[in-house]
Amino acid sequence: MTAFMIRRLLQSAAVVFVMSVIVFFGVNVVGDPVDMLINPEADQEDIENAIKALGLDRPIGEQYLHFAKNALTGNLGKSFIFGEPALMLILQRMPATMELAFAALMMAIFLGIPLGLYAGLKPESPVSRTVMASSILGFSLPTFWVGLMMIMVFAVILGWLPSTGRGETATFLGITSSLFTLNGLSHILMPALNLALLKISLVIRITRAGTREAIHQDYIKFARAKGLSQRRVIFVHLLKNILIPVVTVLGLEFGNLVAFSVVTETIFAWPGMGKLLIDSIQQLDRPVIVAYLIIIVLLFVLLNLIVDILYSILDPRVRLGEKR
Amino acid sequence: MSKAATLEVGNLRTHFLTKAGAVRAVDDVSFSVRKGEVLGLVGESGSGKSVTGFSIVGLVDPPGRIVSGSIRFNGEELVGASEDRLRQLRGNRIAMIFQDPMMTLNPVLRIDTQMMETLFAHSDIGKQEAWQRSRDALGQVGIPSPEERLRSYPHQLSGGMRQRVAIAIAFLNRPDLIIADEPTTALDVTIQSQIIHEAQQLCRNSGTAMVWITHDLAVVSGLADRICVMYAGRLVEAGSSSGVIDKPRHPYTAGLIGSVPSHNRRGEPLNQIPGMTPSLINLPPGCAFRARCDRGDAACVEEPAEEKLSGGRVVRCFHPLAGGSGA
Amino acid sequence: MAAIEERLSAVEQSGKGAETPFRRFMSDFLDSRVATAALVTLAAIVLLAVLAPLYVPQNPYDLAQVDVLDARLPPGSKSYQGYTFWLGTDGAGRDLFSAILYGLRISLSVGVMSGFIALVIGSAVGLVAAYAGGRTENFIMRVVDIQLSFPAILIALMLLAVFGKGVDKIMIALVTVQWAYYARTVRGSALVEGGKEYVEAARCLGLSHARILFRHILPNCMAPLIVVGTVQTAHAIALEATLSFLGVGLPQTEPSLGLLISNGFEYMLSGRYWISFFPGVALLITIVSINLVGDQLRDVLNPRLQR
Repeated sequence: MTAFMIRRLLQSAAVVFVMSVIVFFGVNVVGDPVDMLINPEADQEDIENAIKALGLDRPIGEQYLHFAKNALTGNLGKSFIFGEPALMLILQRMPATMELAFAALMMAIFLGIPLGLYAGLKPESPVSRTVMASSILGFSLPTFWVGLMMIMVFAVILGWLPSTGRGETATFLGITSSLFTLNGLSHILMPALNLALLKISLVIRITRAGTREAIHQDYIKFARAKGLSQRRVIFVHLLKNILIPVVTVLGLEFGNLVAFSVVTETIFAWPGMGKLLIDSIQQLDRPVIVAYLIIIVLLFVLLNLIVDILYSILDPRVRLGEKR
Repeated sequence: MSKAATLEVGNLRTHFLTKAGAVRAVDDVSFSVRKGEVLGLVGESGSGKSVTGFSIVGLVDPPGRIVSGSIRFNGEELVGASEDRLRQLRGNRIAMIFQDPMMTLNPVLRIDTQMMETLFAHSDIGKQEAWQRSRDALGQVGIPSPEERLRSYPHQLSGGMRQRVAIAIAFLNRPDLIIADEPTTALDVTIQSQIIHEAQQLCRNSGTAMVWITHDLAVVSGLADRICVMYAGRLVEAGSSSGVIDKPRHPYTAGLIGSVPSHNRRGEPLNQIPGMTPSLINLPPGCAFRARCDRGDAACVEEPAEEKLSGGRVVRCFHPLAGGSGA
Repeated sequence: MAAIEERLSAVEQSGKGAETPFRRFMSDFLDSRVATAALVTLAAIVLLAVLAPLYVPQNPYDLAQVDVLDARLPPGSKSYQGYTFWLGTDGAGRDLFSAILYGLRISLSVGVMSGFIALVIGSAVGLVAAYAGGRTENFIMRVVDIQLSFPAILIALMLLAVFGKGVDKIMIALVTVQWAYYARTVRGSALVEGGKEYVEAARCLGLSHARILFRHILPNCMAPLIVVGTVQTAHAIALEATLSFLGVGLPQTEPSLGLLISNGFEYMLSGRYWISFFPGVALLITIVSINLVGDQLRDVLNPRLQR
């Protein structure tokens, strides 16, 4: 087990390193670093000073080392627009994004898995057919358009839910989140649902496919031949086998949720990292863009690592290695 | 016979209703098994022997269902019994052993979980006692260091060991009947004979009746007390094990025995039964074996009925072999 | 060896006419009424989009035909020239019906073209990986895996942030996002096929690498490729719409459906829903149809579902 972990850690570190090289070279070689990192509004003298200060007149290898050193100490440049360190800006907004992604993940799990299980066990029932049809819809609907329609219906026409922004927060066990207040919940409901829609459909389909395949396996038949109750057969024998692929997918999808929150945050004016990114792209605030990319790469690598570990815990075949 | 048989199957028909027509997988099969007796159910793939086994415990998957016939277990009728009642009997009074041990044990659950749950499902036993009984059962089937094995997962055991676990699970609740569906087919030949021997011992010691389903005549000849031969869903011959093998009455049985290589006939070309098993959807009318039989004639266009012969033998044929040596 | 190949072709030619796999496939596919309906809808949409300039009442991008006084009219209103704005007008006075059809042209062509290029590149890479084996294969698949572990939208944003705007840059981004799926699919199929006995037999006969690859392995990879292709095209169209909506996609001169929807965003809170609603519906119908067709294709072509 430890050998496995060390190997994965090294792999992750390698990926982060490679990605940082790619981002760095993308910025400094493909794009024009002067435009990227120095505010184009500054006058000529300031630009030249900045070039010297940032070391842009040095050989590229040295620049990378400089960049890497800075990155490791948390210095990823300053925002043109806000004038503050890019890293700080992102970290300030991270909790809001994480909250949104987390809420969406919970919806995907607690709505998707039961529905998918039911659809897999009773595929001919009208409920199942409806669920499957809706899941195709959920899969195909462009998220941003759904978000707009949700605002249209629930906020403008019906007036039940607020249309934009994050609600009030409260602190519980050291975590400050808007999930702990009623007002906060009313604000997060639509964006989280919007974000989760795609994932819920995905989870339903995977769970259903897994159920349909697993139900015909010999071990299910054997469990029934032992006279076990239907409940035990489904919720212990079947579920544990299905959960493995579902968990893997969900874990990776959490990263997708964070990335896709870019869209949801724009529509619902949710003050998270995603909205910051889009604004920065439109306003050409490049240091923030670079910082966001680096952070999200880190996040992804971390996520992949966690999912691998989870997978090995859940599937004893991986954890304990194949037959001796 | 004065005492009631443990299992009495009467005119069982299990059909699969598919888009292309009805597949008559089990077509009028009757046999009985007494306490402590081992019945060998022999046939090639597609003969309906496995479906017969599943019909007994009510585990035939749709679109298959038992359309008629009776299955009496200790005098109780199982056809038409409630699912609840069947569940009570399964794993408890009637146990099954499947063919492929790799897929029968759930790969993500531990051995002790899979053994103890069988006990918990049918009695109010405590955890400690369940664990002890499981450990003892593993010891009985010849598994070394049973405590360690209990804590392992299926993939950590070899094929032979997994099948022994399956056998142990079958005997856990001390059932009256065990149905073993080709339990040794997927194993190495050396392990096969070990397992067969152990199963035989266990049955003798506990008085459990057993139905051993197989395509391998050699396996069944040493093990079974009585043999039933199935072909294309029908029972074509039945009788005592030595009787059927030494003096087969049905041409198919004779063909089967004749095609087993043995060192008595070294150097001679292998005998084959010409032709192929018929598709169960397009069964020709009359005797199903007609196309491949060299004794057939115009009479065989009618379906032969079962004929009871002396000595507890049953044959379904218009031209059974004489009570001498095979064809 | 050439003689063998000639005789093989002759044998292949003579076997036509019976129930070919293609015919069986078509009848299996058409078994599902839903999928058939989706296919018909899709064909209709494509036809409408391609022929749009011939029949729409107004070319929404010809400034001479557009009058800003017509702006924000609800569906059903009449224009000065006498034709009806069936779906209303947008903020600049463009007829929404025409704008949607023009937008469809762009969305469809960008989606399909990028999908096709990605398919060609990805399949080539996948085939090479499977056939070369060893470290080449390992390396290629590592790259594929790493790319696939990042969400498409992120990669697209990354590329666009670095390269800037423009149709060609969007195409590059879309192709980059998609090729990995094709590579992985083709490599998986090719590996499975390559291990099968008929390939070994072909090798024993002494057939050339190229012939084995293209005449034997590739056709058997087609099935999963087609399924992945349909799903990916739907994704590409949706991704392009999302990017355009966010303002980082196609520029204003190539107005896709995403841009139309984003234009309508500001009017939603004042109740003028149609400007965003109808383009969204058009997008939705297109994507759903493609997905339904892809679903049925997957079911029909999947050997494991034992039909």
